[in-house]
Amino acid sequence: MRALRSELGRVRGLGSAKEGVQHWWLQRVTAIALVPLVIWFLIGLVAHAGADHATVTAWLGGPVTLGLFLILLGAGFWHLALGMQVVIEDYVHREGLRLALILLVKFGCVALMLAGAIALLTIAFGG
Amino acid sequence: MGTDDRGAENRNGDERIRPSDPVVSKPQLSVRPLSPHLQIYRPQLTSMLSILHRLTGIVLGGGAVALVLWLVAAACGGDAFACAQALAGSILGRLLLFGFTLCVVYHLLNGIRHLVWDTGRGLELDAVYLSGRLVVAGTFILTVAIWIAGYAAQGGI
Repeated sequence: MRALRSELGRVRGLGSAKEGVQHWWLQRVTAIALVPLVIWFLIGLVAHAGADHATVTAWLGGPVTLGLFLILLGAGFWHLALGMQVVIEDYVHREGLRLALILLVKFGCVALMLAGAIALLTIAFGG
Repeated sequence: MGTDDRGAENRNGDERIRPSDPVVSKPQLSVRPLSPHLQIYRPQLTSMLSILHRLTGIVLGGGAVALVLWLVAAACGGDAFACAQALAGSILGRLLLFGFTLCVVYHLLNGIRHLVWDTGRGLELDAVYLSGRLVVAGTFILTVAIWIAGYAAQGGI
């Protein structure tokens, strides 16, 4: 009898897309990456509290800071997008609005991550 | 579709259950009691910290926006950066930054707690309460320590 069910029906029921843990797992992978990165970032911010523009850009433009900060932005916005998606899926029940909000969060996270990365690269290499 | 319909009926309260109702004699699933919801439960440390993890995560989304704006200001040059620093250094800016610090430290510590749970450890009730209390205490201690260190790095207020 199972053969009489459509593929879509199976997927909408209990069918596996073989990616069931992907979202959960990536949330953990980014979380593990963020633990040392956030600690490093907080120490860096504290060390440069109230510093002038030249000092801050010298810090941000250094190769180690630049590399770690780019990973921080990537892992951070990825983690944020995954987390916000779960929150939206839990509380927004209208399907169209839910989809629109999730897309908005994902596009927003990509745009902000890119803006931060371009700002950092401009500080490091720009005129 | 069937389960959705039942849920909607219960939410609308069309068929509220009264204590006198002979629930057992009614065969419809629609009048069966739902699981108690948040308003029924006495607040517990465990559930409050769970909600707080979500809440701080959402707030940190705002913090991430602020961070990117700060980076863009730094990239735009000295004037824009001075403006961003003035905003961050204002009373409202400092209050916001203190709030973000609380959120990031809490989300970090409680996130580590979650990662430990993911390994299957620390899930006994007393261990869950102990780690919860440690996270709350650690959040306040670390946040205050970060701000003392920040002011010390600036050489005072």
